[in-house]
Amino acid sequence: MTAQLDAHLAAERDGFTLDVRLRIAAGEVVALLGPNGAGKTTALRVLAGLHPLTAGHLTLDGADLDRPDRRMWTPPERRPVGVVFQDYLLFPHLSALDNVAFGPRRRGADKRAARARAQEWLDRVGLGDQARRRPRQLSGGQAQRVALARALAVDPALLLLDEPLAALDARTRLDTRAELQRHLGAHPGATLLVTHDPLDALVLADRLVIVEHGRVVQEGDAATVTARPRTDYVARLVGLNLHRGRADGHTVTVGELTLTTADTVHGDVFVAYPPAAVALHPSRPEGSPRNVWAATVTGVQRHGDNLRVQLAGPVEVAADVRPAAAAHLGLIPGRPVWAAVKAAETRAYPA
Amino acid sequence: MSRTVRRQRVPIALLVPAGLGLAFLVLPLAGLLLRAPWTTLPGRLTEPGVLTALRLSLVTATVATLLCVALGVPLAWLLARVEFPGRRLVRALVTVPLVLPPVVGGVALLLVFGRRGLIGSWLDETFGVTLPFTTAGVVLAEAFVAMPFLVIAVEGALRGADPRYEEAAATLGAGRFTTFTRVTLPLVAPGVAAGAVLCWARALGEFGATITFAGNYPGRTQTMPLAVYLALETDLQAAIVLSLILLTVSVVILAALRDKWVGST
Amino acid sequence: MTVRWIRAALAGALVAALGLTGCGDADAPAGPDGAGPVTVFAAASLTESFTRLGKDYEAAHPGRTVRFNFGGSSGLATQITQGAPADVFAAASPATMKTVTDAGDAAGEPAVLVRNQLVVAVPRGNPARVGGLADLARPGVKVALCAEQVPCGAAARTALDAAGVRLTPATLEQDVKGALAKLRLGEVDAALVYRTDVRAAPGLDAVEFPESARAVNDYPIVVLRAAANSAGARAFVDFVRSDAGLAVLTAAGFQAPPGA
Repeated sequence: MTAQLDAHLAAERDGFTLDVRLRIAAGEVVALLGPNGAGKTTALRVLAGLHPLTAGHLTLDGADLDRPDRRMWTPPERRPVGVVFQDYLLFPHLSALDNVAFGPRRRGADKRAARARAQEWLDRVGLGDQARRRPRQLSGGQAQRVALARALAVDPALLLLDEPLAALDARTRLDTRAELQRHLGAHPGATLLVTHDPLDALVLADRLVIVEHGRVVQEGDAATVTARPRTDYVARLVGLNLHRGRADGHTVTVGELTLTTADTVHGDVFVAYPPAAVALHPSRPEGSPRNVWAATVTGVQRHGDNLRVQLAGPVEVAADVRPAAAAHLGLIPGRPVWAAVKAAETRAYPA
Repeated sequence: MSRTVRRQRVPIALLVPAGLGLAFLVLPLAGLLLRAPWTTLPGRLTEPGVLTALRLSLVTATVATLLCVALGVPLAWLLARVEFPGRRLVRALVTVPLVLPPVVGGVALLLVFGRRGLIGSWLDETFGVTLPFTTAGVVLAEAFVAMPFLVIAVEGALRGADPRYEEAAATLGAGRFTTFTRVTLPLVAPGVAAGAVLCWARALGEFGATITFAGNYPGRTQTMPLAVYLALETDLQAAIVLSLILLTVSVVILAALRDKWVGST
Repeated sequence: MTVRWIRAALAGALVAALGLTGCGDADAPAGPDGAGPVTVFAAASLTESFTRLGKDYEAAHPGRTVRFNFGGSSGLATQITQGAPADVFAAASPATMKTVTDAGDAAGEPAVLVRNQLVVAVPRGNPARVGGLADLARPGVKVALCAEQVPCGAAARTALDAAGVRLTPATLEQDVKGALAKLRLGEVDAALVYRTDVRAAPGLDAVEFPESARAVNDYPIVVLRAAANSAGARAFVDFVRSDAGLAVLTAAGFQAPPGA
C-alpha cells in the first residue's frame, strides 16, 4: 500500500507536545479519536499548515509539505488540503454558491468556471436549490453540507474534518452522518476525521487511530479496537471493563484479584468484559462463578433500559443491572455488594 | 401592554445620569437654535462665501476620509493581526493626534511638510510642490487629526472578528492579501464604516491643525469651521448661522448614510 | 413651554458648573477706595506691556491687585457682552470697542490709550529683500495677512488700498500671532503686522512703509458698567494713561495718542 499521506507529526503548542505518526492511503478514511486535549486539533492544524512542525515530516501525494530538518514549509494556501471546520466557518458575507466557489476561484479557475463547479458540488450534496442563500439562512445540517462541498470543491489530496457532526442535534446528526459516509466513500484522496465521538469514528472510518496526551495509544480497524481496547479511555469508548494484569494459562492476576478467563494467555495481558457480564449479589453467591469479589457501590446512572452501577473494590468496574434487580439490591452509594463475572464472558489478550 | 412597559423599565440610577448626559450634549445645540437669526437666515445662506466654504469642507473632509481609509485600514490590520516588536508603542503613537492640541499638530505638520520641513523642502526642490496654504494641505491636516478615529475603530473590529475565517480562507487557497480583501475586509465592513463616519465627522469639524498648516484663504483653504471662527470676530449671528449650516448638512448626510447601511443589512 | 424648559435646564447646568468652580471671587469684595482685585480684559498685543504695567501698579499701590485676561479683542468683546465679570476693557480697535459700547456695557466714553502702526515683518536679514508694500506683490513672495474681520487685517486692507497694491496673500490669519507663526516657521516671506508685534518677536525685523500712516490703529480703553470694583478700575486706567504708563507702552513700540 502506497500511502497518500505519510507523516510524522511532531509539534509544540502551548507547552503541549504532539508526536504522532500517520499513514493514510488514497481513498482511505482514518479517524483520529481521542479525549479533549489529546492533540487532535493540533494534528489537524499542522496537517493544514496552520501550525508548523518542530520535527518529523509531512509528505502528501509525494510532495514534502513540511520538513523542519530541511527548512521546507508550504503555506496553507498552497497545500492540496481541504478542511471542514468544526463550526464550518462559512463566510457569512458570501452566498452558499460563492462559499463553495471560493476555493476553485483562488486556485486559478475563472469566475464562471468556479461558479459552475460550485453549483455542481452543491447539487451533489443536495443543496443545488439553496445556492443563493447566505450561511445564516441555512440550517445546521445544510451548513455542514456546504462546508463539505467547499472543502471538496478543490479536489484535495487530503480532506480534514474537525468534529464534523459535533455542532448538530441528535436527529440531524443521524441523517448527516449517513450522507457524510456516502461522500467520504466517493472521495478519491485521503481523509482524516478528527472526532471524540466513537460512533462517528466507527461508522465513517476504515481505520481508527487513538491518541492520548499527544501520542498514539492504539491503532486498528473498528472490529479490533472495539474487541481489544488497550487503554481505559478506549475501553470506556467502546463500553468495556478493562484490566491489565499478568497471565498464566487461564488465570490472570490483577492486583490482589485473580480472574479466571476462557482464553489461554501468558505474560502481560489485558482482560476485557462488558458491564452486562457483571452480576451483583447481596451476599457471596454460592455455586459456579469463580470470579467473585466484594465491592462497594460508588455511583448509579441510567444506561438505556438498565442502570449502570460504578463499583469500587480490588478493581474499578461498571456493572449493568436491570431496574428490578437494582431495587432488590437497594443500590445506593456506599452499599457493599458482591460482584461476579463468568469466565466465558471475559476476553484476554496480550498487552 | 403592561407587560411591555414592565420589560422596558430602566433603572433610575442609569436613567438620571443618561438624561443629564444627553442634556449636556444637546443643550448647547439648543442654545444655538434659540439664538439663530431665523428671519435673515435665507439671505445668509445664499451668500457666496458660505457655499464656497461649505463645498470646500465637504470635499476636503471626504478626501481626507478616503485617505484615512486607504492608509488607516492596512495600519489597523497590522496592529491587530501581525506580531512585531514595539507593537504596543506603535499603537500608542497612533493615538498621538488625539491628545495633541490640533494647533500643535498643525505646527508639527509644518515642520515636516512645510516649505522648510523635512519632507516639504525636498518636495519643493524636487517637484516644486508645496503643501501649506493649499487645499491638499487642508486634506493633510484633516487626515492627520482624524486618522486615529478610523484606526482605532477598525482595529477594534478586526480584534472582534474571528481570525479562524482567515484560516479557513487560507486552506481554500487564499494568500494573505487575498484573504484580507475577500474575507477580512467584508467581515469588518461595519467597523470600517463606523470608523469612516467618525473620521469624516472629525475632519469636517477640524479647525486648529487646518488653520495652522493650511492657513485661511476663501475658496482654497477656508473651510466652514474657519469661516465660523472668523465670523465670530465680527458677527456672532453670522457665526451661528454658519455653524447651523455645517451641523445640518453633516447630520443629514450621516443620517442618510446610516439609513442606507441599515437598509442593506 | 419648550423654551422655558430648556432655559430651566440651562440654568440648572450653569448653577452646577458654578458650584464646581467654587466661585472664588465672592470672598474678595471690593472696597470703595479701589482696594481689592481689578480684572482687566486686554487685547493680546498688549500682553507684554500690560503685564509690566500691572506689576508697576501693584508696586505703587500696595494691597491692590490686577488680574488680566488677554485674548483676541473680538473674543473678549463677545465675552463681555455675554456677561463675563470684567472691570476694564482695552481693545485693539475702535470697532471691537464699539460692540461693547453699543451693548451698553461701558461706563462712560472710551479713551484712546495708544496707537499702533502696521509694518512689514520679515525674517531677520530680510532674505526676500522686501523694501515696501509694492514688493509684497512680487511673484514668488508669500505673504500672510490678518483676515479683514480682525483689526490688523482691516488696517492691512486700508494700507494696501492706499498704496494701490493688489496682492493675493497665501493666507488670511485669524490673528497677529498666527501670521507671525507662519513667518517664523518660514512658510511665508513677509507678514503685515503691528510694529509692537515685531518688537516683541525675536528673530524678526520690521520694514516701515509710508502708507502705514493711513492705517493707524487706535487702542481704546474703558471702565465697564458692570465693574465690581469701579474705583479700582478707574485708578488702573488712570495709571496706564499716565506719563509713566505711556513710557512703558511706547517702549514696546506703541505710539502715544495725539494730544497726550
